[in-house]
Amino acid sequence: MLISRPAVAGTLESGDATVRITPHDSLEVVVTSSVEAQYGDAVRRVVRQTLEGLGVARALVTVTDKGALDYALRARVEAAVMRAGDEPVDWDVLIGGER
Amino acid sequence: MTDVLNPPAATLDAAQPAWGKYDQAAAPPHRSALFVPASNAAMLATAWVYGADLYMFDLEDAVALREKDSARLLAINALTSYPWRDMAVAVRVNGIDTPFFADDLQAVVRAGADMVRLPMTDSAELVHRLDAELTAIERACSRPVGSTKVIAAIESAAGVVNASAIALASPRVVAIALAGFDYLLDMGAEPTQDGSELFYARCAVLHAARAAGVWCYDVVWGDVDDEAGFRAEVELVKHLGFDGKTLVNPRQIPWLHEAYSPTAAELARAERVVRAAEAARDRGLGVIAVDGKMVDGPIVQAARRAIAYAAASGVREDR
Repeated sequence: MLISRPAVAGTLESGDATVRITPHDSLEVVVTSSVEAQYGDAVRRVVRQTLEGLGVARALVTVTDKGALDYALRARVEAAVMRAGDEPVDWDVLIGGER
Repeated sequence: MTDVLNPPAATLDAAQPAWGKYDQAAAPPHRSALFVPASNAAMLATAWVYGADLYMFDLEDAVALREKDSARLLAINALTSYPWRDMAVAVRVNGIDTPFFADDLQAVVRAGADMVRLPMTDSAELVHRLDAELTAIERACSRPVGSTKVIAAIESAAGVVNASAIALASPRVVAIALAGFDYLLDMGAEPTQDGSELFYARCAVLHAARAAGVWCYDVVWGDVDDEAGFRAEVELVKHLGFDGKTLVNPRQIPWLHEAYSPTAAELARAERVVRAAEAARDRGLGVIAVDGKMVDGPIVQAARRAIAYAAASGVREDR
């Protein structure tokens, strides 16, 4: 999926995450997490898997994680990507995959 | 002609209430239906611990217009994840004539929502439209046709007048829920402490639900700090026959469940009634008495319901 414009999704409340995405010439993921020591690698893995599932190959993705569960992270990444692109949601692709 | 003094043994063994087609025989009590804002990640992460009988992710009133898309995505990710994927969850979608409805429905049906709560259900025709949309989506995603159930929210004068047709409009309809705020606005009525402005609507919706064999939820009590008012309203609607209430705050769950729980004495009698009914069935007897009073099918039914409530929430103090 092509990232056409900057977009943001999520909140900075505890248990949530904010995901900012901007057009970029490669895929770069920057994570700041309140639970970095315990779950930093897991957060990065979930973010990258979600981006891969959506076919995002070029974007700068900045995640500020406040202890979001995996599904909330996925949802926030998906929302940011949808807002940053021009393609309509394909529910088969979005919900069809393994979660 | 039925001999009322010697009813067939089968009528004494009505294991579950005759109404309630949403797998009533296997289902736990449905007293509390708690809204959880689908835009709120923290609440979705913790709400399941509160012990509501049914959770309803809310994509409608609790979600700001600019967050409809992100709330929908949060809802479907939650629905497909632990612990929600193993629980019965309804999703309140946006109204059928809003620009959000189509995507809401596509998303939540594919994500496996057990039930869709349709707001502003004014007519059976709206249920037919929803039914057709659900069928198309279920076919497209290989979900069994008919597996997505419907809670129809009655929120207008027209909805109350058409409640019976709404409740019977589709086998998918498993519950109807009266919603007070919009109904009072539509009626030009004003809220009173004793709820008299809702009396007709409550009775009409409840009769429609019972005639159709579906569950029935009463209105939200909005003042979460008014415990006494909430408890008084629960007593009223429980005596009318409502299965429970729609809730907006988890603090109200224990108050509601307590009101529906039997006292220890009521539970003991209920257990005696069920034991006597089962013994009568085994011995082929047609009529029984417990504590000197004749027991028939509806009394056995009520006894089983009291036992189920006690199993779910314990007994309440005898006040």
